[in-house]
Amino acid sequence: MSWFKRVKDGILTKTQDKKSTPDGLWVKCPECQTPHASKDFAMEMWVCKDCGNHTRIGSDEYFEIFFDNGKFQELDANITSGDPLKFVDKKDYPTRIEAAQKKTQLKDAVRTGVGKVNGLKMVISCMDFSFIGGSMGSVVGEKIGRAIDAARKQKIPLMIISKSGGARMMEAAFSLMQMAKTSAKLALLNQDGIPFISYLTDPTTGGVTASFAMLGDFNIAEPNALIGFAGPRIVKETIGKDLPTGFQRSEFLQEHGFVDFIVERKNAKDQIHTVLSLICDKKPRVKAETAKSS
Amino acid sequence: MILLDFEKPIEELLEQLEKAQATHEKGKVDMTDTMEQLQGKIDQTRKNLYKNLTGWQKVQVSRHPDRPYTLDYIKGMTTNFIELHGDRNMGDDKAIVGGFASIDNQPVMILGHQKGRNTKERQYRNFGMANPEGYRKALRFMKLAEKFNRPVITLIDTPGASPGLEAEERGQGEAIAKNLMEMAVLKVPIICVVIGEGASGGALGIGVGDKIAMLENSWYSVISPENCSTILWHSWEFKEKAAEALKLTGNDMLKNGLIDKIIKEPLGGAHSDREAMFKTVKSELKRTLKELKELSTEELINQRIEKFSNMGVVQED
Repeated sequence: MSWFKRVKDGILTKTQDKKSTPDGLWVKCPECQTPHASKDFAMEMWVCKDCGNHTRIGSDEYFEIFFDNGKFQELDANITSGDPLKFVDKKDYPTRIEAAQKKTQLKDAVRTGVGKVNGLKMVISCMDFSFIGGSMGSVVGEKIGRAIDAARKQKIPLMIISKSGGARMMEAAFSLMQMAKTSAKLALLNQDGIPFISYLTDPTTGGVTASFAMLGDFNIAEPNALIGFAGPRIVKETIGKDLPTGFQRSEFLQEHGFVDFIVERKNAKDQIHTVLSLICDKKPRVKAETAKSS
Repeated sequence: MILLDFEKPIEELLEQLEKAQATHEKGKVDMTDTMEQLQGKIDQTRKNLYKNLTGWQKVQVSRHPDRPYTLDYIKGMTTNFIELHGDRNMGDDKAIVGGFASIDNQPVMILGHQKGRNTKERQYRNFGMANPEGYRKALRFMKLAEKFNRPVITLIDTPGASPGLEAEERGQGEAIAKNLMEMAVLKVPIICVVIGEGASGGALGIGVGDKIAMLENSWYSVISPENCSTILWHSWEFKEKAAEALKLTGNDMLKNGLIDKIIKEPLGGAHSDREAMFKTVKSELKRTLKELKELSTEELINQRIEKFSNMGVVQED
């Protein structure tokens, strides 16, 4: 005789009522491998509670973090890449672009939004590493250039969130010239006295580092982000020795004088707002304060 | 004379010519006719070879061990050159040289990357790969030129900015970025000439100007063909292919609106007839200086920024 007696036959729970664990409910921290529930991880702004690792996130997430209520107006959303050089390596360039667009649902490696950050209106351009390594081609250069134009026109601060492997090789010299283009436009922003914050995230290397990413009035970095001109593998090959621990990380850059301060993601919005409130003229500051007190 | 691999067809002819000369000098046989014939053949073959150089062949010419470097041009084109040193901060980068000089009585600031000719010199010049202090040295010179209202001429010839540990510590990225921004709004005319290799940010770091010219057998791109091959094909073997794909020759760059002018080289490359090369570059510089003199400071800067702002190809719905 069995201990338990089945009262009803079979499994009666309907499929849609099942408490299943769908894909992507858990995320592993890439650094310490600790699993996090996706929802909690998003609440923590994708920073590992265990090891403090700031995982790589995209423009969607950064816009959600910085803009009040996640609300912003996207600028120049429909600019896409051409193929000026008819570049072919193992694949042709348009095929690569198409594949990247399909995979990421993005048009290219940067997006620009205008919105409020603690009530202070500003332009934020954010790079997406998932799109061909966040590489800078004509589209990135043009969109960054236009973001600078927008900040100048509206006389509001600009922040660029960098996350890039560097130049987009498939656009060769066109890609190189985007460095000159963005830097030239920043010179004008500088002359206008409009603040520019360069927010450096993991990783920021190559042509992006050697142009707008290092030209901030304030260079602000997330902890332990890789930031450099030559990639660590190339430096290692050049010197033929192992690299010291922490080489080219945010803390290293601060130590050598190239980063103003390091900020944890969860404090970034408030800190950046504070910096801007200290340097911007009355009008935006008043606005910010009323927004905060309300 | 050092011949490049694609110049092999000339090699045999040169040998024959040498033999003919030797025989002639011994005085037994008059070889004048044969020698003339051979010389004619050599010239014709060289002309044919150089008529349609591939991207990779131009890269080879640009790296020819006898190719004139920045100091050769300065010596060949200017008088009263006073070399200045140092960035007033960290040290004196030997991969970048420069100072005030006169080009036919017109005082200018002339600076550029400097490579070395033998092993010892190459090391001393760090193979023409500048460190951050090199870019800061260049900027200091340009600011001096601005202060004293003298035009700036930059000569570009580098396999890239130095990728070393110390370069990173001292902010290679920041140094280049700063130059790009400052050069965009420098109040005096800037003329840039790629005289050999124009690789990546290391070249562009002294390459923002009102007029950008390339010598016929120089190259300019975001990366060297070898490194491009390594990254995209995972092997050095595809450097020829990479050189084609990168569209790094003067013709391509001019077609794509990324430079303003190609300066013709003597037959067989700049090293074949240095004096002729210096003369051509000098007259081109003089012509351009005159042209830029017509512009007001405001026009100059506006046009410069406009020019770089227009670079790039995008589609917009």
